[in-house]
Amino acid sequence: MTDVILQMRGITKTFPGVTALDDVNLTVRRGEIHAVCGENGAGKSTLMKVLSGVYPHGSYSGEIVVDGQPCTFGGIRDSERLGIVIIHQELALCPNLSIAENIFLGNERAPRGLVDWNRTNAEAAELLRRVGLDENPTTPSMDLGVGKQQLVEIAKALSKRVRLLILDEPTAALNDQDSAHLLNLLRGLRDQGITCVIISHKLNEIEAIADSTTILRDGRTIETLDMAADVVTADRIIAGMVGRDLEHRFPEHEPHIGEEVLRIEDWTVHSPTQHGRVVVRGANLSLRRGEIVGLAGLMGAGRTELAMSVFGRSYGTGISGRVFKHGREIQLKSVGDAIAHGIAYATEDRKRYGLVLIDDIKRNVSAAALGKLATRGWIHDNEEYRVAEAYRTGLNIKAPNVSAVTGKLSGGNQQKVVLSKWLFTDADVLILDEPTRGIDVGAKYEIYTIINQMADQGKAVLVISSELPELLGVCDRIYAMSAGRITGQVTRAEATPERLMQYMTTVKEQ
Amino acid sequence: MIGVDPTGPGPAVAVAKQAAAPDRFGGRLFSANLRQNGIYIAFALIIALFAVWTEGDLLAPQNISNLVVQNSYILILAIGMILIIIAGHIDLSAGSVLAVTGAISAVLMVEYDLPWPLAILITLICGGLIGAWQGYWIAYFGIPAFIVTLAGMLVFRALTLAVLGNQGIGPFPDEVRTIANGFMPTYLGNIGLGPLDGADLFTLLIGLAFVAGIVVTQWRARAGRQRYGQSVEPTALFVAKLVLAAVVVMTVIVQLARFKNLPWVLVLLAVLVLAYSLLTDRVVFGRHIYAIGGNLNAATLSGIKVKSVTFWLFVNMGVLASIAGIVFAGRLNQAGPTAGNGFELDAIAAAFIGGAAVQGGVGRVVGAITGGLIMGVINNGMSLIGAPSERVMLFKGLVLLAAVAFDVFAKRRAGAGK
Repeated sequence: MTDVILQMRGITKTFPGVTALDDVNLTVRRGEIHAVCGENGAGKSTLMKVLSGVYPHGSYSGEIVVDGQPCTFGGIRDSERLGIVIIHQELALCPNLSIAENIFLGNERAPRGLVDWNRTNAEAAELLRRVGLDENPTTPSMDLGVGKQQLVEIAKALSKRVRLLILDEPTAALNDQDSAHLLNLLRGLRDQGITCVIISHKLNEIEAIADSTTILRDGRTIETLDMAADVVTADRIIAGMVGRDLEHRFPEHEPHIGEEVLRIEDWTVHSPTQHGRVVVRGANLSLRRGEIVGLAGLMGAGRTELAMSVFGRSYGTGISGRVFKHGREIQLKSVGDAIAHGIAYATEDRKRYGLVLIDDIKRNVSAAALGKLATRGWIHDNEEYRVAEAYRTGLNIKAPNVSAVTGKLSGGNQQKVVLSKWLFTDADVLILDEPTRGIDVGAKYEIYTIINQMADQGKAVLVISSELPELLGVCDRIYAMSAGRITGQVTRAEATPERLMQYMTTVKEQ
Repeated sequence: MIGVDPTGPGPAVAVAKQAAAPDRFGGRLFSANLRQNGIYIAFALIIALFAVWTEGDLLAPQNISNLVVQNSYILILAIGMILIIIAGHIDLSAGSVLAVTGAISAVLMVEYDLPWPLAILITLICGGLIGAWQGYWIAYFGIPAFIVTLAGMLVFRALTLAVLGNQGIGPFPDEVRTIANGFMPTYLGNIGLGPLDGADLFTLLIGLAFVAGIVVTQWRARAGRQRYGQSVEPTALFVAKLVLAAVVVMTVIVQLARFKNLPWVLVLLAVLVLAYSLLTDRVVFGRHIYAIGGNLNAATLSGIKVKSVTFWLFVNMGVLASIAGIVFAGRLNQAGPTAGNGFELDAIAAAFIGGAAVQGGVGRVVGAITGGLIMGVINNGMSLIGAPSERVMLFKGLVLLAAVAFDVFAKRRAGAGK
């Protein structure tokens, strides 16, 4: 009998009108890395919130057993006392506080009520060393990138004498390098006897790191795979998650590429916050009719900055360079100009920049082209409903009707609403920034199909993505960016992950 | 943070559990309705409560007329305020702007003896310029509206004192007093029967026309939705709502007809409410206000001219405040240095009682009007039963808190688990 640290038995959790978890079982062995995967809405995060006490005892049914003892957590503090710490998907650091202050937030090194700063900073330095973060503990956490903030979160967990660390999508916002570092760190923690439960959409990571994998689907436990005993491939996990075999992760597509639609020449952008910093330097790029073009790059390479600065100067200062549409130079001084010239930009952060979450589907779909539905400022609301319904059925947005509030939709369906919005502007150049971020496998496939359809309709599509397999699977041609420059360009036939990674890490000197 | 609970009931679950789905959407519909309509239920309850306490005096012909006239300027301010709050801003200067525009109109009409229509026009333009001044700092310079209008509150009060010295200016021309305080004349004589004893026929006809207008537009809107295959409420419920609306409107009209006919300011108010309701519901500009308040970033990236919309919202507020300023001065028959003290807070309270959200993006003109009327009924009802002013304040404060608490509660329940 193996040593079991945690058992969750028959967990059932209902929200008004819906069962999020239905008799879920989870058994985690001591000192292992246990992956939990499933589509969005499968109940992964709910299960972790039950475990960590975010949903207190009594709000669910079932049993949690830690080290053979049944537990009734009334809140996070109870579970933390037992060494169970959860790190949420959205990081919870206070940007204005220092690393050390964040690590000991709520847990201050303060004998007799006064904070002992020497001890705080010394202990923080020690914790930072353990997670391999070479930063001064007094640095404000807003100066850190997402990858480093993630490490601070782990240091914070370590400070609470964590025995069971739960990470919800820890690498979702990280680039490949930072992800690799994080995964290595988790291996190191495992060797120190810390058990990890990791929720992830990135199946290659699960393959690489997990000792066992539990798959949830529609709020039920489907199976637990022992990664050491069996040969478990990504396709095997996907099959469990979606309940069907996914032959291919990417739809087949035969491109029909026509003439050049958009050309960007010598594009340079300066940072609006850091004076004098060049974010994009002399970029040249062209898109053709019916072509799906990828833009690869590590975090901070300047991909989003390039796209947003072209999209009506919605990012950056000191922008120079020229944009040609169908061979004729155009001026894009505002987002309105860009939309009028048939350019659309679907943001990488749909909740913050893409959608009005408190509004319904139809109002979001019409938001960027309301003029098309109005005469002299007067909106035809029935027509608006009809248009939105057409997109809902056409793009398979799962909602009872278009009066459903977008904030309640899953990530994949929200993304489809964003795409609908831009399709409705009749754009012929679509810039899609991380179109499948935080979306489950089944919905990703649908998004890829939509992208292919857009290309077949003669639109030029630029896909910005941090996932190389996605770019390789979807794009006809891929640009790579590094440190603000476009460092290379490959066609679909010649593209390999290694070659792209090489371009993505090239640093050219001025 | 507003967001989606990634663990929450996703569509995958809904599809998998078809049986549970209708119940879930039904429940959501109900809670959404409660959140939207709670305010009207509360209004009805408060009216019923005071009708009983005052032994019916609250609903007496003269008192209903007073209710409208006494609260008109707050309601006018509330219309502008709700738009600003929907966009995620606030205006603390409304009371001072009301005072300074009232003073300007008084100077023009009384001291310079300008014809009253010209004086009113100039006053409205001044109100618009004041709004443009504040709108510039807020929209184009990027100073929070709270600060700009806090400054405005002091500046325009100071200007009022500078214009008026320490005394009031009056009296106003009869026409202006009539707008603020007067009634429509009798055109067709009275009816001399039963419960309509002494009611003005023309007023009753206006009421009937108004009801007919409501029925026809609602009916056509519903038919249009059906033609487009949208779901509509059951016919019985729809008819019941129309009947209820007709009864309420006609009750008020009959009472007014029995007193001195329609107050002119009620006509003005009705026109404003109608126009601004259409603006928010059916006009592109109105839709942009909601988008800006709902998610500023998304609105910007959707090509909405955020700065320009914000600027014009404050211009609009300035014009509405100057209308309120003229009405208020006309009603008192003089422009005084302390006019409008604290009115901005009443207007803000009306907006929030009427269902506006503190974060912006939510709210309706009719809601703000109802919120204003709730406070009006409390003021009026409590003074009828002779309650001391501290108790009125206490009651109003608790109602405001309760209204917002209810909104937060309903929102939390709707977003179960977050």
